[in-house]
Amino acid sequence: MSMPADQHYDAATANAAMLSSTRPATWRWYLLALLLGAVVACGLYAFSYQVMTGMVVTGKNRPVMWGFYITNFVFWVGLSHSGTMVSAILRLSQANWRRPILRGAEAMTVFSIMIGGLFPLIHLGRNWTFYYMIPYPSQYGLWPNFRSPLLWDMMAITTYIIGSSLFLYLGLLPDLAVARDRAGGWRRLFLSVLAMGWRGTAQQWQTFGRASTLMACLIIPVAVSVHSIVAWDFAVTLVPGWHSTIFPPYFVIGAITSGVAAVITLMIIIRKAFHLEAFLQPLHFDNLAKLLLVVTMLWSYFYFAEVFTTWYGHQPIEWEVFRFMSDKYRLLLLIMLFGNTVVPISCLLWRRVRRSIPALLVITLLINVAMFIERFLIIVPSLSHKNMPFMWGSYTPSLVESTVMAAAFSGFALLYMLFAKFFPIVAITDVREETEALRGTAVRGRARLTTLVDEE
Amino acid sequence: MSRQARFYQWGMVIDLDRCTGCGACVVACQAENNVALVEKQRFAEGRDMHWLRIERYWEGEFPHVRARFLPMLCQHCGDAPCEPVCPVYASYHNDEGLNGQVYNRCVGTRYCGNNCPYAVRVFNFLNPDWPQPLPDQLNPDVTVRSRGVMEKCTFCIQRIRRGKETAKSEKRLVRDGEIQPACAQTCPPGAIVFGNLADPDSHVSRLARSPRRFRLFEDLGTDPSVIYLKGGGHEHAG
Repeated sequence: MSMPADQHYDAATANAAMLSSTRPATWRWYLLALLLGAVVACGLYAFSYQVMTGMVVTGKNRPVMWGFYITNFVFWVGLSHSGTMVSAILRLSQANWRRPILRGAEAMTVFSIMIGGLFPLIHLGRNWTFYYMIPYPSQYGLWPNFRSPLLWDMMAITTYIIGSSLFLYLGLLPDLAVARDRAGGWRRLFLSVLAMGWRGTAQQWQTFGRASTLMACLIIPVAVSVHSIVAWDFAVTLVPGWHSTIFPPYFVIGAITSGVAAVITLMIIIRKAFHLEAFLQPLHFDNLAKLLLVVTMLWSYFYFAEVFTTWYGHQPIEWEVFRFMSDKYRLLLLIMLFGNTVVPISCLLWRRVRRSIPALLVITLLINVAMFIERFLIIVPSLSHKNMPFMWGSYTPSLVESTVMAAAFSGFALLYMLFAKFFPIVAITDVREETEALRGTAVRGRARLTTLVDEE
Repeated sequence: MSRQARFYQWGMVIDLDRCTGCGACVVACQAENNVALVEKQRFAEGRDMHWLRIERYWEGEFPHVRARFLPMLCQHCGDAPCEPVCPVYASYHNDEGLNGQVYNRCVGTRYCGNNCPYAVRVFNFLNPDWPQPLPDQLNPDVTVRSRGVMEKCTFCIQRIRRGKETAKSEKRLVRDGEIQPACAQTCPPGAIVFGNLADPDSHVSRLARSPRRFRLFEDLGTDPSVIYLKGGGHEHAG
């Protein structure tokens, strides 16, 4: 599947093709890196300006105390569900088409959760005291408040950063060894240290297989809990529009929607940038798009269920929030429904669309714009019209907040570029495992085994 | 300390039938508690720092309109929504029913501000700035808050402290009416009464048993310590 059947199969050529992203950088790579670096620098400047001046430089006010930063936080945590979904769940369900994309998705998980995790810190009024939230033995004799969802957040996100990094690293091990054997100079040293003496013995492969399956099982509950906890930041409060029992599963589905959409977008970019057309074939996009179709349907169902109960119950304050949202942010609401429900469901039903890469690029980008809007529409209108009508307000993001957000996107792209430059972005081991399985032989250490279909 | 063994349970009664909406309490609160001055533009942006505000609602159509005033301050909820959400215990409950705020513990997540249904918590978006000679009139008993922290009405905790210390040095309990927050002290028609709800004979306790009593958003289960009085009688006839 990964290599066309008529092509002469050669392991070395396959390895080289899959490692194409690590070839020496071109001037275009440097230019792009410089550009992204410049945006990140702007964001750092904007952030330091905020630290020096105060939160007055943001658009926040009373009653809207949370704005773009928390929207970004939820958005990035949502994106981080891609890797877990694609790698862990598809690994356990033995979907072979996941193989060429799993590395890209796992890396995306790690980088987006790192960036997402920064936003609650950026958003603090006194950023320099963030460590008060860490449970450490101090002279105050004071622990953080474990009843606070923000503390659950911190625990969950730290766990997810560690877990997903380990997951990414574990999968990388054999590939690092491949890259190591082909590299020279400082890269060789660097990769040798990271590969931790991988030789590819039968015992190593066996341990590796077991560990991978175990990690896949362990990371799924972490991923579900992370986004449930993010949802509880809102659901456990008394704020009308937030206080809703449906939020945790709804947020998990939303996260998977934006995660899968982002994986497809990223795969399209990687395929183009590193000429991986042989490995990322229409079939892979077709399968991912089917998954996307299912999750957008689920998302639409959850959204409908949430709004329907609000409308039917018609509690004055709950309905006021919805009325305000659909009035003041009508355009955003329509874009969200269009991008998350109308377009994906009507287009992805068709096989031709699912296999058309330009169409998928447009649809997946639209979905993530819509998902960003969704988070914004959850956070801001509820806070604008809380219980006290005298204190109703609204919110517009400031230039500082938008700059920090732009820097987050650039920073993510930059991290990704660097990662692809130094590490194999296609999971060589996983792809070859399957190719060889389909050819009837599997290599386990030095042994060549005859197989029908061989999974871990 | 168990609920029964408490000597003090601070509470407030605000008689809306007496309130004229003059705003003297707002000024008194600002002077007593070193509440930051805010420019007109910042005020319009929603960065005002009032611990106590007079909410004005209009009733009826012109020319038959009436203004309704609602003095709004921290309700010192018995089951306060702001407290459990604070990750660092900057917002906490003390055993006299006060909802405390530790400024130098606050990291500024503003979560408490979101979760307060009364929207009485204010955030220092800027460092406070008093033009000369106003710094000379700052109350030495009250911390000046820096930017990045939350603050709100404390029921003039500095006055409560002082009253308790005086009483302790004289080996007695605080007498009814001995402690008055700035707003209650200033209120010309005497609409605001502060005192000890744990003492059934205190002025505030007697008023709190009035049939005109109600508490704001009682259905949310926040158990506020501020009780409003409002008659449903003659003023609706005209």
